[in-house]
Amino acid sequence: MASETSVMTGNEAAATAARLARVQVIAAYPITPQSPVVETLSAWVESGELPAEFVAVESEHSALTVCIGASTVGARVFTATSSNGLAYMNEQVWWAAGARLPIVMCIANRAMAAPWNVLNDQQDSMSERDAGWVQLYCRDNQEILDTTVQAYLIAERLNLPVMVCYDGFLLSHTMMPVSVPDASTVDAFLPPRPAPLTVVDPADPRNIGPVVLADPRADAAGVVSPGYMELRAQHHRALLDALAVIPEVDAAYSAVVGRTWGGLTWEHLLDDADVVLIAAGSLATQLTLTAEALRAEGVKAGVLGIRAYRPFPAAALAGKLAGRRLALVFDKALSYGYDGPICTDLRGSLLGVEGAPAVFGAVCGLGGRDVSPDDLAAAARRALADLDAGARTRPTDWVNLRLEGE
Amino acid sequence: MDAGRRISMSRPAVGEAGATGQWRNNRPVMDPALCMAATAGRVTCQICWVYCPDGCIAQGAGPAIDLTYCKGCGICAQECPTGAIEMVPEALHGVCALPDEEVL
Repeated sequence: MASETSVMTGNEAAATAARLARVQVIAAYPITPQSPVVETLSAWVESGELPAEFVAVESEHSALTVCIGASTVGARVFTATSSNGLAYMNEQVWWAAGARLPIVMCIANRAMAAPWNVLNDQQDSMSERDAGWVQLYCRDNQEILDTTVQAYLIAERLNLPVMVCYDGFLLSHTMMPVSVPDASTVDAFLPPRPAPLTVVDPADPRNIGPVVLADPRADAAGVVSPGYMELRAQHHRALLDALAVIPEVDAAYSAVVGRTWGGLTWEHLLDDADVVLIAAGSLATQLTLTAEALRAEGVKAGVLGIRAYRPFPAAALAGKLAGRRLALVFDKALSYGYDGPICTDLRGSLLGVEGAPAVFGAVCGLGGRDVSPDDLAAAARRALADLDAGARTRPTDWVNLRLEGE
Repeated sequence: MDAGRRISMSRPAVGEAGATGQWRNNRPVMDPALCMAATAGRVTCQICWVYCPDGCIAQGAGPAIDLTYCKGCGICAQECPTGAIEMVPEALHGVCALPDEEVL
Protein backbone atom coordinates (compact mmCIF):
# COMPACT_ATOMS: atom_id res chain seq x y z
CA MET A 1 0.00 0.00 0.00
CA ALA A 2 1.04 3.61 -0.50
CA SER A 3 1.17 5.95 2.44
CA GLU A 4 2.77 9.15 3.62
CA THR A 5 3.82 9.95 7.17
CA SER A 6 2.86 13.36 8.57
CA VAL A 7 3.19 14.85 12.01
CA MET A 8 -0.30 15.74 13.17
CA THR A 9 -2.60 16.13 16.15
CA GLY A 10 -5.22 13.59 17.11
CA ASN A 11 -7.89 15.95 15.83
CA GLU A 12 -6.17 16.18 12.44
CA ALA A 13 -5.92 12.38 12.39
CA ALA A 14 -9.69 12.16 12.95
CA ALA A 15 -10.41 14.70 10.21
CA THR A 16 -8.04 12.92 7.84
CA ALA A 17 -9.82 9.65 8.46
CA ALA A 18 -13.20 11.21 7.68
CA ARG A 19 -11.77 12.54 4.41
CA LEU A 20 -10.31 9.15 3.53
CA ALA A 21 -13.69 7.55 4.28
CA ARG A 22 -15.21 9.90 1.68
CA VAL A 23 -17.88 11.22 4.03
CA GLN A 24 -20.71 12.95 2.19
CA VAL A 25 -22.32 15.04 4.94
CA ILE A 26 -20.66 16.65 7.96
CA ALA A 27 -22.59 18.61 10.58
CA ALA A 28 -20.96 19.88 13.72
CA TYR A 29 -20.89 22.62 16.31
CA PRO A 30 -17.57 23.76 17.77
CA ILE A 31 -16.58 22.71 21.28
CA THR A 32 -13.16 22.43 22.88
CA PRO A 33 -11.19 20.19 22.44
CA GLN A 34 -12.96 18.78 19.36
CA SER A 35 -13.25 21.99 17.32
CA PRO A 36 -10.12 21.55 15.15
CA VAL A 37 -11.60 18.31 13.73
CA VAL A 38 -14.48 20.07 12.04
CA GLU A 39 -12.51 23.26 11.38
CA THR A 40 -10.11 21.14 9.36
CA LEU A 41 -12.95 19.38 7.54
CA SER A 42 -14.76 22.65 6.77
CA ALA A 43 -11.55 24.04 5.26
CA TRP A 44 -11.28 20.96 3.02
CA VAL A 45 -14.91 21.28 1.97
CA GLU A 46 -14.37 24.98 1.21
CA SER A 47 -11.23 24.29 -0.84
CA GLY A 48 -12.95 21.51 -2.77
CA GLU A 49 -10.51 18.93 -1.49
CA LEU A 50 -13.39 17.09 0.18
CA PRO A 51 -16.55 16.85 -1.95
CA ALA A 52 -19.04 16.85 0.94
CA GLU A 53 -21.83 18.98 2.35
CA PHE A 54 -20.77 20.81 5.50
CA VAL A 55 -23.86 21.89 7.42
CA ALA A 56 -23.20 24.63 9.96
CA VAL A 57 -25.74 24.31 12.79
CA GLU A 58 -26.63 26.24 15.93
CA SER A 59 -26.12 23.42 18.44
CA GLU A 60 -24.88 19.89 18.94
CA HIS A 61 -28.47 18.63 19.11
CA SER A 62 -28.97 19.93 15.58
CA ALA A 63 -25.57 18.62 14.46
CA LEU A 64 -26.53 15.06 15.24
CA THR A 65 -30.05 15.64 13.95
CA VAL A 66 -28.65 16.67 10.54
CA CYS A 67 -26.48 13.54 10.60
CA ILE A 68 -29.55 11.44 11.43
CA GLY A 69 -31.50 12.90 8.50
CA ALA A 70 -28.65 12.46 6.04
CA SER A 71 -27.82 8.96 7.26
CA THR A 72 -31.50 7.96 7.07
CA VAL A 73 -31.52 8.63 3.33
CA GLY A 74 -28.26 6.79 2.77
CA ALA A 75 -25.40 9.29 3.07
CA ARG A 76 -22.12 8.52 4.84
CA VAL A 77 -21.96 11.12 7.60
CA PHE A 78 -19.53 12.36 10.23
CA THR A 79 -19.63 14.53 13.29
CA ALA A 80 -17.49 15.12 16.34
CA THR A 81 -18.06 16.59 19.78
CA SER A 82 -16.94 16.65 23.40
CA SER A 83 -18.32 16.82 26.92
CA ASN A 84 -21.37 19.08 27.26
CA GLY A 85 -21.79 19.04 23.48
CA LEU A 86 -22.32 15.28 23.67
CA ALA A 87 -24.67 15.75 26.61
CA TYR A 88 -26.63 18.29 24.59
CA MET A 89 -26.96 15.67 21.82
CA ASN A 90 -28.18 13.06 24.27
CA GLU A 91 -31.72 12.70 22.94
CA GLN A 92 -30.46 12.24 19.39
CA VAL A 93 -27.64 9.94 20.52
CA TRP A 94 -30.38 7.47 21.48
CA TRP A 95 -32.33 8.16 18.29
CA ALA A 96 -29.33 7.49 16.04
CA ALA A 97 -28.83 4.11 17.70
CA GLY A 98 -32.46 3.01 17.86
CA ALA A 99 -32.94 4.01 14.22
CA ARG A 100 -29.89 1.83 13.42
CA LEU A 101 -27.98 4.56 11.58
CA PRO A 102 -24.30 3.93 10.78
CA ILE A 103 -23.12 7.36 11.95
CA VAL A 104 -19.49 7.76 13.02
CA MET A 105 -18.84 10.38 15.69
CA CYS A 106 -15.44 11.24 17.14
CA ILE A 107 -15.39 12.20 20.81
CA ALA A 108 -12.42 14.21 22.06
CA ASN A 109 -12.99 13.17 25.67
CA ARG A 110 -13.46 16.06 28.09
CA ALA A 111 -14.75 16.42 31.66
CA MET A 112 -18.41 17.22 32.25
CA ALA A 113 -19.53 20.48 33.86
CA ALA A 114 -20.26 21.68 36.50
CA PRO A 115 -17.80 23.13 37.27
CA TRP A 116 -16.56 24.16 33.82
CA ASN A 117 -13.41 22.34 32.83
CA VAL A 118 -12.17 21.85 29.30
CA LEU A 119 -9.58 19.20 30.16
CA ASN A 120 -9.59 15.46 29.75
CA ASP A 121 -11.38 12.64 31.41
CA GLN A 122 -13.75 10.03 29.91
CA GLN A 123 -16.95 10.90 31.77
CA ASP A 124 -18.68 12.29 28.65
CA SER A 125 -18.69 9.18 26.47
CA MET A 126 -18.77 6.67 29.36
CA SER A 127 -22.04 8.31 30.43
CA GLU A 128 -23.49 7.32 27.01
CA ARG A 129 -22.57 3.67 27.36
CA ASP A 130 -26.19 2.46 27.47
CA ALA A 131 -27.38 4.36 24.38
CA GLY A 132 -26.64 1.48 22.01
CA TRP A 133 -23.59 2.86 20.16
CA VAL A 134 -20.38 0.95 19.60
CA GLN A 135 -17.68 2.74 21.62
CA LEU A 136 -14.00 2.39 20.70
CA TYR A 137 -11.17 4.05 22.68
CA CYS A 138 -7.87 5.01 21.05
CA ARG A 139 -4.42 5.10 22.59
CA ASP A 140 -2.56 7.33 20.09
CA ASN A 141 -3.07 9.44 16.98
CA GLN A 142 -2.33 6.63 14.55
CA GLU A 143 -5.03 4.55 16.19
CA ILE A 144 -7.45 7.50 15.91
CA LEU A 145 -6.98 7.60 12.14
CA ASP A 146 -7.12 3.85 11.66
CA THR A 147 -10.05 3.34 14.04
CA THR A 148 -12.14 6.11 12.51
CA VAL A 149 -11.76 4.52 9.06
CA GLN A 150 -12.53 1.07 10.53
CA ALA A 151 -15.55 2.52 12.34
CA TYR A 152 -17.38 3.09 9.04
CA LEU A 153 -17.06 -0.55 8.04
CA ILE A 154 -18.20 -1.70 11.50
CA ALA A 155 -21.10 0.76 11.47
CA GLU A 156 -22.27 -0.11 7.97
CA ARG A 157 -22.00 -3.88 8.42
CA LEU A 158 -24.11 -3.81 11.58
CA ASN A 159 -26.29 -0.73 11.05
CA LEU A 160 -25.03 0.72 14.31
CA PRO A 161 -23.53 4.12 15.12
CA VAL A 162 -19.94 4.18 16.38
CA MET A 163 -18.22 6.61 18.74
CA VAL A 164 -14.47 6.84 18.28
CA CYS A 165 -13.21 8.21 21.60
CA TYR A 166 -9.82 9.75 22.27
CA ASP A 167 -8.46 11.77 25.16
CA GLY A 168 -8.90 15.51 24.84
CA PHE A 169 -5.65 17.51 24.66
CA LEU A 170 -3.55 14.45 25.58
CA LEU A 171 -4.24 13.16 22.06
CA SER A 172 -6.49 15.75 20.42
CA HIS A 173 -3.87 18.51 20.60
CA THR A 174 -0.65 16.48 20.81
CA MET A 175 1.35 16.02 17.62
CA MET A 176 2.70 12.61 16.62
CA PRO A 177 3.87 10.99 13.40
CA VAL A 178 0.88 9.41 11.67
CA SER A 179 1.08 7.20 8.61
CA VAL A 180 -1.71 8.25 6.24
CA PRO A 181 -2.73 5.60 3.70
CA ASP A 182 -3.55 6.94 0.25
CA ALA A 183 -7.13 7.17 -0.93
CA SER A 184 -7.01 4.08 -3.16
CA THR A 185 -5.73 1.97 -0.26
CA VAL A 186 -8.63 3.05 1.92
CA ASP A 187 -11.05 2.54 -0.97
CA ALA A 188 -9.84 -1.07 -1.21
CA PHE A 189 -10.79 -1.54 2.44
CA LEU A 190 -13.95 0.57 2.65
CA PRO A 191 -16.52 0.29 -0.15
CA PRO A 192 -19.24 2.93 -0.56
CA ARG A 193 -22.05 2.72 1.98
CA PRO A 194 -24.55 -0.05 1.25
CA ALA A 195 -28.24 0.86 0.87
CA PRO A 196 -29.83 2.09 4.10
CA LEU A 197 -32.42 0.08 6.03
CA THR A 198 -34.90 2.83 5.32
CA VAL A 199 -36.95 2.78 2.12
CA VAL A 200 -36.61 6.22 0.52
CA ASP A 201 -38.85 6.17 -2.55
CA PRO A 202 -41.31 8.97 -3.35
CA ALA A 203 -43.28 6.51 -5.49
CA ASP A 204 -43.73 4.16 -2.54
CA PRO A 205 -43.49 6.41 0.54
CA ARG A 206 -42.91 5.27 4.13
CA ASN A 207 -43.39 6.62 7.60
CA ILE A 208 -39.86 6.52 9.01
CA GLY A 209 -39.69 6.17 12.77
CA PRO A 210 -43.41 6.11 13.57
CA VAL A 211 -44.53 5.26 17.08
CA VAL A 212 -44.11 1.58 17.99
CA LEU A 213 -46.20 0.33 20.87
CA ALA A 214 -45.58 -2.46 23.33
CA ASP A 215 -46.68 -5.40 21.21
CA PRO A 216 -46.16 -6.37 17.58
CA ARG A 217 -49.01 -4.82 15.62
CA ALA A 218 -50.58 -5.23 12.22
CA ASP A 219 -50.64 -2.11 10.06
CA ALA A 220 -53.61 -1.00 7.96
CA ALA A 221 -52.56 -3.50 5.25
CA GLY A 222 -52.33 -6.37 7.76
CA VAL A 223 -48.50 -6.45 7.82
CA VAL A 224 -47.34 -7.22 11.37
CA SER A 225 -44.54 -4.94 12.53
CA PRO A 226 -42.28 -5.70 15.49
CA GLY A 227 -43.05 -4.19 18.87
CA TYR A 228 -40.60 -2.07 20.83
CA MET A 229 -39.00 -5.02 22.58
CA GLU A 230 -38.46 -6.90 19.31
CA LEU A 231 -36.68 -3.89 17.79
CA ARG A 232 -34.60 -3.43 20.94
CA ALA A 233 -33.67 -7.13 21.08
CA GLN A 234 -32.37 -6.95 17.50
CA HIS A 235 -30.45 -3.78 18.34
CA HIS A 236 -28.88 -5.55 21.33
CA ARG A 237 -27.97 -8.57 19.19
CA ALA A 238 -26.30 -6.29 16.66
CA LEU A 239 -24.16 -4.86 19.48
CA LEU A 240 -23.26 -8.41 20.53
CA ASP A 241 -22.44 -9.24 16.89
CA ALA A 242 -19.96 -6.36 17.04
CA LEU A 243 -17.85 -8.51 19.40
CA ALA A 244 -16.97 -10.57 16.31
CA VAL A 245 -17.16 -7.81 13.71
CA ILE A 246 -14.75 -5.38 15.43
CA PRO A 247 -11.81 -7.87 15.33
CA GLU A 248 -12.79 -8.99 11.80
CA VAL A 249 -12.70 -5.41 10.57
CA ASP A 250 -9.38 -4.81 12.31
CA ALA A 251 -7.99 -7.90 10.59
CA ALA A 252 -9.35 -6.79 7.21
CA TYR A 253 -7.79 -3.37 7.73
CA SER A 254 -4.51 -4.97 8.69
CA ALA A 255 -4.56 -7.02 5.49
CA VAL A 256 -4.88 -3.88 3.37
CA VAL A 257 -3.05 -1.23 5.39
CA GLY A 258 -0.65 -3.36 7.40
CA ARG A 259 -1.49 -2.20 10.92
CA THR A 260 -3.53 -4.02 13.58
CA TRP A 261 -4.91 -2.66 16.84
CA GLY A 262 -6.07 -5.86 18.44
CA GLY A 263 -9.82 -5.64 18.00
CA LEU A 264 -11.59 -5.62 21.35
CA THR A 265 -8.62 -5.42 23.70
CA TRP A 266 -4.86 -5.13 23.50
CA GLU A 267 -2.12 -6.14 25.88
CA HIS A 268 1.42 -5.47 27.01
CA LEU A 269 3.55 -7.91 29.07
CA LEU A 270 0.39 -9.83 29.87
CA ASP A 271 1.47 -13.45 29.28
CA ASP A 272 2.99 -14.21 32.68
CA ALA A 273 1.49 -11.26 34.59
CA ASP A 274 -0.25 -11.86 37.89
CA VAL A 275 -1.07 -8.18 38.40
CA VAL A 276 -3.05 -6.80 35.47
CA LEU A 277 -3.46 -3.05 35.00
CA ILE A 278 -6.57 -2.14 33.01
CA ALA A 279 -7.69 1.13 31.39
CA ALA A 280 -9.00 2.63 28.15
CA GLY A 281 -7.34 5.22 25.93
CA SER A 282 -4.04 7.00 26.46
CA LEU A 283 -4.09 6.13 30.16
CA ALA A 284 -3.52 2.49 29.20
CA THR A 285 -0.49 3.55 27.15
CA GLN A 286 0.92 5.15 30.29
CA LEU A 287 0.25 1.93 32.17
CA THR A 288 2.74 0.14 29.90
CA LEU A 289 5.48 2.27 31.51
CA THR A 290 4.01 1.53 34.94
CA ALA A 291 4.04 -2.21 34.26
CA GLU A 292 7.67 -2.07 33.17
CA ALA A 293 8.60 -0.12 36.32
CA LEU A 294 6.77 -2.62 38.53
CA ARG A 295 8.56 -5.50 36.80
CA ALA A 296 11.87 -3.85 37.66
CA GLU A 297 10.71 -4.14 41.30
CA GLY A 298 9.91 -7.83 40.87
CA VAL A 299 6.14 -7.46 40.46
CA LYS A 300 4.88 -9.43 37.48
CA ALA A 301 2.69 -6.68 36.07
CA GLY A 302 1.05 -6.43 32.66
CA VAL A 303 -1.48 -4.23 30.86
CA LEU A 304 -4.85 -5.10 29.37
CA GLY A 305 -6.14 -2.19 27.31
CA ILE A 306 -9.84 -1.74 26.61
CA ARG A 307 -10.38 -0.81 22.95
CA ALA A 308 -14.07 -1.71 22.74
CA TYR A 309 -16.05 -0.52 25.75
CA ARG A 310 -19.42 -1.18 24.07
CA PRO A 311 -20.02 -3.92 23.32
CA PHE A 312 -18.18 -4.87 26.51
CA PRO A 313 -15.76 -7.73 25.78
CA ALA A 314 -16.80 -9.63 28.90
CA ALA A 315 -15.86 -13.12 27.71
CA ALA A 316 -12.52 -11.99 26.26
CA LEU A 317 -11.63 -10.23 29.50
CA ALA A 318 -12.68 -13.19 31.64
CA GLY A 319 -10.52 -15.47 29.49
CA LYS A 320 -7.51 -13.21 29.79
CA LEU A 321 -7.90 -12.58 33.53
CA ALA A 322 -8.69 -16.05 34.90
CA GLY A 323 -5.78 -17.29 36.98
CA ARG A 324 -4.33 -13.84 37.76
CA ARG A 325 -4.03 -12.44 41.28
CA LEU A 326 -5.25 -8.88 40.82
CA ALA A 327 -7.04 -6.82 38.20
CA LEU A 328 -6.55 -3.15 38.96
CA VAL A 329 -8.83 -0.92 36.90
CA PHE A 330 -8.04 2.75 36.36
CA ASP A 331 -11.16 4.66 35.36
CA LYS A 332 -11.17 8.27 34.14
CA ALA A 333 -14.88 8.41 34.90
CA LEU A 334 -17.18 7.52 37.76
CA SER A 335 -20.74 6.40 38.26
CA TYR A 336 -21.25 8.80 41.14
CA GLY A 337 -22.41 6.93 44.19
CA TYR A 338 -20.93 3.63 43.02
CA ASP A 339 -17.69 2.97 41.17
CA GLY A 340 -15.80 3.49 37.91
CA PRO A 341 -17.65 2.21 34.84
CA ILE A 342 -14.97 -0.16 33.54
CA CYS A 343 -14.38 -1.50 37.05
CA THR A 344 -18.08 -2.12 37.56
CA ASP A 345 -18.51 -3.86 34.22
CA LEU A 346 -15.41 -5.97 34.74
CA ARG A 347 -16.61 -7.18 38.16
CA GLY A 348 -19.83 -8.36 36.52
CA SER A 349 -17.88 -10.12 33.77
CA LEU A 350 -15.82 -12.09 36.28
CA LEU A 351 -18.64 -13.18 38.56
CA GLY A 352 -18.55 -16.97 38.81
CA VAL A 353 -15.45 -17.27 36.62
CA GLU A 354 -13.09 -19.88 38.02
CA GLY A 355 -9.76 -18.40 39.08
CA ALA A 356 -11.05 -14.84 38.75
CA PRO A 357 -8.70 -12.27 40.26
CA ALA A 358 -9.66 -9.71 42.88
CA VAL A 359 -10.87 -6.56 41.11
CA PHE A 360 -9.87 -3.23 42.64
CA GLY A 361 -10.88 0.11 41.21
CA ALA A 362 -9.04 3.40 41.07
CA VAL A 363 -10.34 6.71 39.75
CA CYS A 364 -7.83 9.12 38.31
CA GLY A 365 -7.31 12.05 35.99
CA LEU A 366 -10.73 13.64 36.45
CA GLY A 367 -10.90 17.12 34.95
CA GLY A 368 -7.39 16.77 33.55
CA ARG A 369 -5.64 16.02 36.87
CA ASP A 370 -2.19 14.87 35.82
CA VAL A 371 -1.46 11.17 36.21
CA SER A 372 2.13 10.04 35.76
CA PRO A 373 3.33 6.45 35.37
CA ASP A 374 4.85 6.89 38.85
CA ASP A 375 1.45 7.87 40.30
CA LEU A 376 -0.04 4.78 38.68
CA ALA A 377 2.75 2.60 40.07
CA ALA A 378 2.15 4.02 43.56
CA ALA A 379 -1.55 3.18 43.19
CA ALA A 380 -0.61 -0.35 42.12
CA ARG A 381 1.64 -0.74 45.17
CA ARG A 382 -1.25 0.39 47.44
CA ALA A 383 -3.53 -2.14 45.77
CA LEU A 384 -0.98 -4.93 46.23
CA ALA A 385 -0.56 -4.00 49.91
CA ASP A 386 -4.35 -4.18 50.35
CA LEU A 387 -4.42 -7.53 48.59
CA ASP A 388 -1.57 -8.89 50.70
CA ALA A 389 -3.44 -7.71 53.81
CA GLY A 390 -6.29 -10.01 52.77
CA ALA A 391 -8.66 -7.59 51.04
CA ARG A 392 -10.79 -9.08 48.25
CA THR A 393 -12.66 -5.85 47.68
CA ARG A 394 -12.15 -2.28 48.81
CA PRO A 395 -13.46 1.27 48.23
CA THR A 396 -12.42 3.11 45.07
CA ASP A 397 -8.91 4.55 45.33
CA TRP A 398 -8.78 8.22 44.27
CA VAL A 399 -5.35 8.74 42.69
CA ASN A 400 -3.67 12.10 43.42
CA LEU A 401 -6.63 13.40 45.41
CA ARG A 402 -5.63 16.42 47.49
CA LEU A 403 -8.54 17.14 49.85
CA GLU A 404 -7.76 19.51 52.68
CA GLY A 405 -7.46 17.74 56.03
CA GLU A 406 -6.75 14.28 54.55
CA MET B 1 -33.95 -10.47 8.02
CA ASP B 2 -36.08 -7.99 6.10
CA ALA B 3 -34.87 -4.44 6.60
CA GLY B 4 -38.35 -3.30 7.61
CA ARG B 5 -38.26 -5.62 10.60
CA ARG B 6 -35.18 -3.99 12.17
CA ILE B 7 -36.40 -0.41 12.31
CA SER B 8 -39.66 1.40 12.86
CA MET B 9 -41.04 2.01 9.37
CA SER B 10 -44.51 1.66 7.88
CA ARG B 11 -46.58 2.56 4.85
CA PRO B 12 -48.64 5.70 5.39
CA ALA B 13 -52.25 4.78 6.18
CA VAL B 14 -55.19 6.24 8.04
CA GLY B 15 -55.08 5.33 11.71
CA GLU B 16 -51.47 4.10 11.90
CA ALA B 17 -51.22 5.34 15.48
CA GLY B 18 -54.67 4.17 16.58
CA ALA B 19 -57.84 6.17 17.28
CA THR B 20 -55.99 9.23 18.53
CA GLY B 21 -59.24 11.18 18.82
CA GLN B 22 -59.54 9.55 22.24
CA TRP B 23 -56.67 11.79 23.42
CA ARG B 24 -58.66 14.97 22.74
CA ASN B 25 -59.66 17.41 25.49
CA ASN B 26 -61.04 20.13 23.25
CA ARG B 27 -63.03 19.55 20.08
CA PRO B 28 -62.77 21.78 17.03
CA VAL B 29 -66.23 22.96 16.05
CA MET B 30 -66.51 24.70 12.69
CA ASP B 31 -69.10 27.42 12.00
CA PRO B 32 -69.98 27.12 8.28
CA ALA B 33 -71.32 30.67 8.34
CA LEU B 34 -67.78 31.92 9.03
CA CYS B 35 -65.76 29.36 6.98
CA MET B 36 -64.45 31.00 3.78
CA ALA B 37 -64.76 27.83 1.71
CA ALA B 38 -68.22 26.96 3.00
CA THR B 39 -69.57 30.44 2.36
CA ALA B 40 -67.97 30.58 -1.11
CA GLY B 41 -69.24 27.11 -1.90
CA ARG B 42 -65.91 26.06 -3.40
CA VAL B 43 -62.60 24.59 -2.29
CA THR B 44 -60.76 27.75 -1.34
CA CYS B 45 -58.64 28.80 1.68
CA GLN B 46 -58.01 25.30 3.14
CA ILE B 47 -55.57 26.80 5.62
CA CYS B 48 -56.83 24.44 8.35
CA TRP B 49 -56.01 21.49 6.03
CA VAL B 50 -52.52 22.89 5.43
CA TYR B 51 -51.75 23.30 9.12
CA CYS B 52 -53.30 20.13 10.60
CA PRO B 53 -50.20 18.21 11.85
CA ASP B 54 -52.06 14.90 11.84
CA GLY B 55 -53.62 15.09 8.41
CA CYS B 56 -57.11 14.58 9.77
CA ILE B 57 -58.76 17.43 7.91
CA ALA B 58 -60.12 16.64 4.44
CA GLN B 59 -60.25 19.39 1.82
CA GLY B 60 -63.71 20.63 0.89
CA ALA B 61 -66.20 23.45 0.88
CA GLY B 62 -65.79 23.57 3.83
CA PRO B 63 -63.14 21.21 5.06
CA ALA B 64 -64.12 18.18 7.18
CA ILE B 65 -62.40 17.32 10.46
CA ASP B 66 -62.15 13.60 11.24
CA LEU B 67 -62.80 13.41 14.97
CA THR B 68 -61.73 9.76 15.15
CA TYR B 69 -58.14 10.96 14.78
CA CYS B 70 -58.19 14.69 15.70
CA LYS B 71 -56.18 15.09 18.95
CA GLY B 72 -57.63 18.52 19.61
CA CYS B 73 -54.36 20.44 19.35
CA GLY B 74 -56.20 23.59 18.25
CA ILE B 75 -53.77 24.63 15.53
CA CYS B 76 -56.59 24.79 12.96
CA ALA B 77 -58.57 27.14 15.24
CA GLN B 78 -55.46 29.26 15.76
CA GLU B 79 -54.70 29.50 12.03
CA CYS B 80 -58.22 29.94 10.61
CA PRO B 81 -58.22 33.49 9.14
CA THR B 82 -61.93 34.04 9.83
CA GLY B 83 -62.12 32.47 13.28
CA ALA B 84 -64.54 29.84 12.02
CA ILE B 85 -63.21 27.08 14.29
CA GLU B 86 -63.82 27.14 18.03
CA MET B 87 -62.23 24.72 20.50
CA VAL B 88 -65.02 23.46 22.74
CA PRO B 89 -64.32 21.31 25.85
CA GLU B 90 -65.21 17.67 25.21
CA ALA B 91 -67.16 17.63 28.47
CA LEU B 92 -69.82 19.66 26.73
CA HIS B 93 -70.20 16.84 24.16
CA GLY B 94 -69.84 13.83 26.46
CA VAL B 95 -66.21 12.82 26.81
CA CYS B 96 -66.31 9.30 25.39
CA ALA B 97 -68.73 9.73 22.52
CA LEU B 98 -66.82 9.20 19.30
CA PRO B 99 -69.37 8.01 16.72
CA ASP B 100 -67.84 7.56 13.28
CA GLU B 101 -70.58 9.62 11.67
CA GLU B 102 -69.75 12.60 13.85
CA VAL B 103 -67.49 14.25 11.29
CA LEU B 104 -67.91 18.00 11.07
